[in-house]
Parts: sequence; C-alpha cells; structure tokens
Amino acid sequence: MIPNIFRLTLPILFGYVPLGTAFGVLFATQLDYAWWLAPLMGVVIYAGAGQILAVSLLAAHAGLLEVFVAMLVLNARHVFYGLSLLRQFRGAGLKKLYLIFGLTDETYSLLTTRPRGGSPQEEHRTDVAITFANQIYWVLGCAIGALLGRSVEFDSTGIEFALVALFIVLAIEQFKALGSQKPLWMGAAAAGLALALLPPAQQLIGAIVMVTAALLLQYNLQRNTTLTREANHD
Amino acid sequence: MTEPMYLAAFIAVTALATFLTRVTPFVFLSRHSEHPLLQHLGQFLPAAVMTLLVIIFLHRSAHWSAPTFGLDAIGPALVVVVLHLWKRHALLSIAAGTVCYMLVQQF
Repeated sequence: MIPNIFRLTLPILFGYVPLGTAFGVLFATQLDYAWWLAPLMGVVIYAGAGQILAVSLLAAHAGLLEVFVAMLVLNARHVFYGLSLLRQFRGAGLKKLYLIFGLTDETYSLLTTRPRGGSPQEEHRTDVAITFANQIYWVLGCAIGALLGRSVEFDSTGIEFALVALFIVLAIEQFKALGSQKPLWMGAAAAGLALALLPPAQQLIGAIVMVTAALLLQYNLQRNTTLTREANHD
Repeated sequence: MTEPMYLAAFIAVTALATFLTRVTPFVFLSRHSEHPLLQHLGQFLPAAVMTLLVIIFLHRSAHWSAPTFGLDAIGPALVVVVLHLWKRHALLSIAAGTVCYMLVQQF
C-alpha cells in the first residue's frame, strides 16, 4: 500500500515541498519568529494560500476579526469541495474529521479522481494515507523554507509547475471517466470570465461560484425536460 | 495582548476559519447526500473545478507580454496534454511538463 500511496502522491510532493518552502522562506524573511512556527502552522492550519496570506497579516499585526474574515473568504472554495465527497467519507468515523481537516485543493483532486474498488473501510484508510502523505510534504516544505531562509542554492525556479501539470492530468482523467466534455468547457468558461472580470484574489472563488451556479442551472433544465417528456408521454 | 499570546490566538483563529470552510458541507448537507441535485454536483463539479484550476494557475504561470505571449507556460502545458493522451502515464506527463517549464523559465 505504501509504495502505491507514494506513487499516487508524488506529484503533490513536487508541488508541496517547493510551495511550502516558498511559504517558509517568506515567513523567515518577513517575520521575526522562531523557525519552528512555520512547520507548526503547516500542522495546525494546513492551507497554502491561507498561510501565505497569514504572513502578511502577521507582519501588519492585523486584528483577529479581520484575520478570521480574510481566511473565511480566501478559503470559501473549500465549501464546494466537500459536496463531491459527502458519500465517500460517510461512515469513516473519527477518520472523517482528519479527512475534512486535510481537504486542500490538491488532496481534493486526488481523492475525487482516484479509482475506488475496495470496501469502504479500505478506501477510507487509503484516503487518510493520501491526506497524511500530502500534509507531511507540506510541513516538510514549511520547515525547509524557514530553516534555509534566503540561502536557497538549488535553482528550483519553475518546479511549482508540477501542480499545474497535475491538474491537467486530473482534468484529462475526469474527462475520460465521465465521457463528456461539457463540465470541462463550463469550468474553462468560468475561469475565463473570472480572469477577465475579477481581481486575482477573487478569481478562484469567483470561478467556482460561477461553475456551481451553471451546474445547478443545467440540473434544473435537465429535470424540466425530463418532466415535460414524461408529461407528453402520458 | 502579549506577543506570544497574539501569535497563539492568530494561529488558532486561522486554523479555525480554515477548518470551518472545509467542514461546512459535511455539517449541513450530509443527510441529503442521496439527493439527485447533490449527486449531480458531486459527479460533474470535480471535472469543472479541475479545468478552472488549470486555466487560472496556467494564467499565473505564464508571462503574457512580448516575447513569450504566454507560450512559456502554454508550451509545457501542451506537452503534458499530448503526452498524457498518448501514453496515459501520469508521472511521466507531469515530470516532462515540469522539466520543460523549468528549462524555459531558467534560460
């Protein structure tokens, strides 16, 4: 099982270690706190964009209410992620709490696209292992970055593209599993609109809201046509 | 508030807000998970979200001004697409695309 989990999460390793390192370096150079607070944040918060925003909020000594609201808004997209996993996580008991806690963009992508054939217990164990592996990579990156500070020697510029490449691969896998291009075009259109209309900080959540609204609309239209067809049949 | 206390409260608030956003659907919607509307979303939302993540992060990875006009990220992305449609080997597609992007960005 462990080699399988490692192979499955390897792209996340390449994405999370550099991204976590970036956060750690930012933390060490912008703030005057002990280095181990960076990996500690990775352990208890575990959110990439959230932690990077947290550095600037800490530097500005922001009020706690402002911090709370900023984090809710920035992470609002996570509300939609749970929708696809309600059934999968059912009956996972205490494991479910950790699975929900660890539901980052990347973990969500892996958990919703990976093949599932085993018993619910087995699948829950695998889900936890994937989530845990990803968090280890993230915390590791936070620690490396905070320890190295500015003295990074290996030129890793561009390695974070691994995450984009992972999303591309997962989108292709989703397309093959569904046999339909429609949701892909809806996602692309929502992203295009968000990029054109919204400031960078709101593009991700804006696009997710738009595409969810579009899927709701599509559901309603489909249901109405089925109802009309049934009515005509009678 | 002392500095260590502020820091502890800050981290607690950040962790709480993040967890709240993740737990919301499970608290309010888990009893309705068999509802056809939620199943519809559960089936199609991942594909749509994956595509919009691709577009938004691709947009941020590229330099859109001359002389590249975004090709510095679109090129490596096409490598991933073509390789994955051809070989369907996730790690190979991801590694090849990432190396291409790193080479383009560093030279």
